[in-house]
Amino acid sequence: MKVEQISVFLENKAGRLAEVTRVLGEAGINIRALSLADTTDFGILRLIVDQYDKAREILKDKGFTVGKTEVVAVEVPDRPGGLGLVLQILATAGVNVEYMYAFVQHSGKNAVIIFRFDNLEQAIDLLQKEGIHIYKGEEVYRL
Amino acid sequence: MIRDVEHETMPREDLETLQLRRLQAVVERVYHLVPFYRRRLDELGVKPEHIRTLEDVRLLPFTAKQDLRDNYPFGMFAAPMDQIVRIHASSGTTGKSTPVAYTQRDLETWAELMARTLAAGGAHRGDIVHVAYGYGLFTGGLGVHYGAERLGAAVIPVSGGQTRRQIMLIQDFGPTVLCCTPSFALYLAEVAQEMGVDFAKTKLRVGVFGAEPWTEGMRQEIEKRLRLDALDIYGLSEILGPGVASECLEAKAGLHMFEDHFLPEVINPATLERLAPGETGELVITTLSKEAFPLLRYRTRDLTSLDYAPCICGRTIARISRFKGRSDDMLIIRGVNVFPSQIESVLMETPGVAPHYQLIVDREGQLDTLEVQVEVDEGAFSDEVKQLQALAQGIQRKIKDYFTVSVKVKLVEPRSIPRSEGKAKRVIDKRQQ
Repeated sequence: MKVEQISVFLENKAGRLAEVTRVLGEAGINIRALSLADTTDFGILRLIVDQYDKAREILKDKGFTVGKTEVVAVEVPDRPGGLGLVLQILATAGVNVEYMYAFVQHSGKNAVIIFRFDNLEQAIDLLQKEGIHIYKGEEVYRL
Repeated sequence: MIRDVEHETMPREDLETLQLRRLQAVVERVYHLVPFYRRRLDELGVKPEHIRTLEDVRLLPFTAKQDLRDNYPFGMFAAPMDQIVRIHASSGTTGKSTPVAYTQRDLETWAELMARTLAAGGAHRGDIVHVAYGYGLFTGGLGVHYGAERLGAAVIPVSGGQTRRQIMLIQDFGPTVLCCTPSFALYLAEVAQEMGVDFAKTKLRVGVFGAEPWTEGMRQEIEKRLRLDALDIYGLSEILGPGVASECLEAKAGLHMFEDHFLPEVINPATLERLAPGETGELVITTLSKEAFPLLRYRTRDLTSLDYAPCICGRTIARISRFKGRSDDMLIIRGVNVFPSQIESVLMETPGVAPHYQLIVDREGQLDTLEVQVEVDEGAFSDEVKQLQALAQGIQRKIKDYFTVSVKVKLVEPRSIPRSEGKAKRVIDKRQQ
């Protein structure tokens, strides 16, 4: 039920993001989803890729600081109010969303949203009880 | 191990008798052989025969680095060239380098004192000593080299640089003693990690590190990463080179100064007043046995304190505390005195930041700014912005609390701070540019 996300520390200077994508591209790794959190000094790039272990190894080899986080991929109906429904369930139960971002690809008629929670297990439980579909890791990497 | 039991464990009274006899001889020597000292002593109305007790060292003039520069290149030599057998020059950490000279007997003394230093770290005949200090004008390489040979150890004179090759040699030749700067030791650890080399599988047992100030936290880091006992040694080319003072393996608490050859004092650098044991100030050294390059009350600019209590290792000679920095390394940030070593000690107690850092001093308008750049390693990295910001702010707050100076902490990528294969460049002062 959990998806492995790679995060990469980036100094805020020209060419660093390009370097990450170049390294991954040359290794034949496909980026499935990404988000970039930035501050004035640094940024954190979060990635879902099709080959997690290989990507992590290559980036570490190239001297990047790499972290691993478990996130949740949630299927959200692609219509007005779709995301609102999911967030409402979480808010009612008092589950805090640390951050979220959308998947590039659709799954059928639905969107896929990546969530990072404080309490991962509780969030998964809660959403599943409400009948919301959560993707397995392998499904996401292949989407 | 104590190499020279007689001189390293002498009762203080006997030691002081020896020091006085040697002090009288050195004043006599420079008065007659070095015009600079003749002039200084005459100006002060001091004659060699005025030195009757060790306390009379106070009558002697100080010698500053500038005096050496003023007598460039050979004006301070106290032996004719036909008795000088070696010339080195200061490593030029600050300003222009100054040459120093050695007679054959000076080289003998140097080798002996460096052998004492290595022995204090537990090195002995049968050890293999990997010397990664630079060979050349810098006294580090050759100084340690001849000391190790004197001890009867086998020397690998690898000198600085070619880090990957050094790691290969450490694996293949199996040295047991490593000699280099502490910052280079950490760099070795980093490159070894990249190469997948585990220091636990090498034969290194002890590291003898000097030529730059480092903190207790850095010692722990080095010991953990290189799997050896890390000892601090002290020396400066003007006085001798390495072999002036050394920690012992038993206590690792202060550096034993070889007082039979050097007379230490600690002064307040502003008032030049002598400080009591335990008080921190500038270390001043008078050489007691040097022939070619004797110096009276040389102001080292290194900040430390003196401790005359006997050590658990059995040595009775005075110890100088781990260096607090150099009086000329001191940064004045908006009127507050800051030493790079103070910042380093804060970083070292912060988990997750790598031991490499750099201080950038600049001026915005009329205001000095100090930026502390630290590398984020995997231990501290988080995918959440707020956690990284908390890390930076935590360091900022600690520095503010401890030293009342506001700094900006900038987190940078690993390996983005330039590595040094000799002395680390910790400070970039853009105010002077």
